[in-house]
Amino acid sequence: MLDHGPIIPHLFRTEYRKIVSVLCRHFGFREIEVAEDIASETFQAAMQAWGLEGLPPNPAGWLYNTAKNKAKNHLHRESVFRHKIAQELQNTTQQSDSAEVDLSLQNINDSQLQMMFAVCHPSVSHESQIGLSLRILCGFGIDEIASAFMTNKDVINKRLFRAKEKLREAKVAIEMPPASAIEARLEPVLKTIYLLFNEGYYSASQNNTLRKDLCLEAIRLCTMLIEHSETNKPKVNALLALMCFHASRFDARINDNGSAVLYDEQDSSLWNRDLISKGGYFLRMAGQGNELSKYHLEAGIAAWHTQQSDTAEKWEGILHLYNQLLQREYSPVAALNRTYAVAKVRGKEAAIAEAEKLQIPENHFYFALLGTLYTDIDDQKAMLHWQTSLSLAKTDSDKEAIRKKLRSEI
Amino acid sequence: MEEYIVIMRLDLLTKAAQPSPEQMEGYMKQYHDWVGGIAAQNKFSGGKGLSVEGKVLKFNDVMTDGPFVEIKESVAGFIIIKAASLDEAVEMAQGCPILKGEGNSVEVRKIISVHES
Repeated sequence: MLDHGPIIPHLFRTEYRKIVSVLCRHFGFREIEVAEDIASETFQAAMQAWGLEGLPPNPAGWLYNTAKNKAKNHLHRESVFRHKIAQELQNTTQQSDSAEVDLSLQNINDSQLQMMFAVCHPSVSHESQIGLSLRILCGFGIDEIASAFMTNKDVINKRLFRAKEKLREAKVAIEMPPASAIEARLEPVLKTIYLLFNEGYYSASQNNTLRKDLCLEAIRLCTMLIEHSETNKPKVNALLALMCFHASRFDARINDNGSAVLYDEQDSSLWNRDLISKGGYFLRMAGQGNELSKYHLEAGIAAWHTQQSDTAEKWEGILHLYNQLLQREYSPVAALNRTYAVAKVRGKEAAIAEAEKLQIPENHFYFALLGTLYTDIDDQKAMLHWQTSLSLAKTDSDKEAIRKKLRSEI
Repeated sequence: MEEYIVIMRLDLLTKAAQPSPEQMEGYMKQYHDWVGGIAAQNKFSGGKGLSVEGKVLKFNDVMTDGPFVEIKESVAGFIIIKAASLDEAVEMAQGCPILKGEGNSVEVRKIISVHES
């Protein structure tokens, strides 16, 4: 545990959401703020007690016990209030009076799965679903969510508050959706998991442990869906395959100095074979049925990338998958990557013609692609594009990668 | 050597004052360094953090929830230290990390024992 570095942020990330989910299921969604407050107080109590006395032997267990006691006190106060003072109000709300909060592994898992669906309920906007998920399912701080959405804390606090109001108005229960609604309700859940993974995989943060944690969290949430027979659908398997393939390169894409290593230059012996074979397994599982989601296509592309050497078959396969992906849903990143595949299959001249038709303004990846394509064809133009790319890059690691490329081209 | 209690008072109620997990980690580390430094001089007798749950009992069977009734600050924890004098105890208490936060306070009181005169 201690080797993980900071322990409170680590535990906050892994345990806060478990405590909130379990308490919320116990109290009812109506009282989600109470659940969140108890979880926050638990961490504050930990900071105080662990600061003065040192860490307990089982920190997660300590948190569960403290949260359990706080919940018990809260319920006791509530029931005293209802019986003594509010009796005449004939409060009809159904609230569990059972004081014992069940923090067993089984209940933690069930609560979190049900919480995933509650948070991704269609009554709230997509943006709010993602925000709430990051907060409640992933234990993100308000600061982190604000920076993920490139806005400030107040905006996020208001957005989360409104989203919780909406969920209460819609009388969302913490339970599994009916079988007929599962397919539709799964979409936003998967999207959120996908974004969570991307946050960890592509973020500019230098904190590698934390980033890896985020990726593993996304994999864990997705695995939870697969372990549940009602949610074990082909597209869920496809998403998990995609994340396994990407995560297999996690250690290879960052060198000892913490800077990024481009795909072509990675030492493939550092690729995690276990994750690659897991990805293969889930991709096969994803093929059972006749559904072809965007996760299937992206997993297919990622599968090809687990083979480092260039073959005609590989790039034909990738180009074909990108064509399908773009027809289904346009994205600038997919358009850029498709152009790269075009270069590999039909040559740089063909790819330049395609690249110049793209509608991608002011993006350093776009100019980096042009720089790559013009290299050996018109080196002067290539250099200009690389310099434009450098001027547009925002993060230090992006700039460093471009400079490295520039040096190698000269 | 005399014994002194160092009582820490914190604002535990204001939501905006709640620290982020990273800040909490920082505070915990500062506590560790502070307490560790006192223990290294063999002057640390013990300490505890306190939960926000509690009751206040008053004259005439008046009972209220929580340690905080009229004021935002409440006792969040204490340590007991050994010191030759109040001045030395105060010097050690000055290292308490909560003093970096506005509105927080630390109180140093000598413990009286029946075994001493």
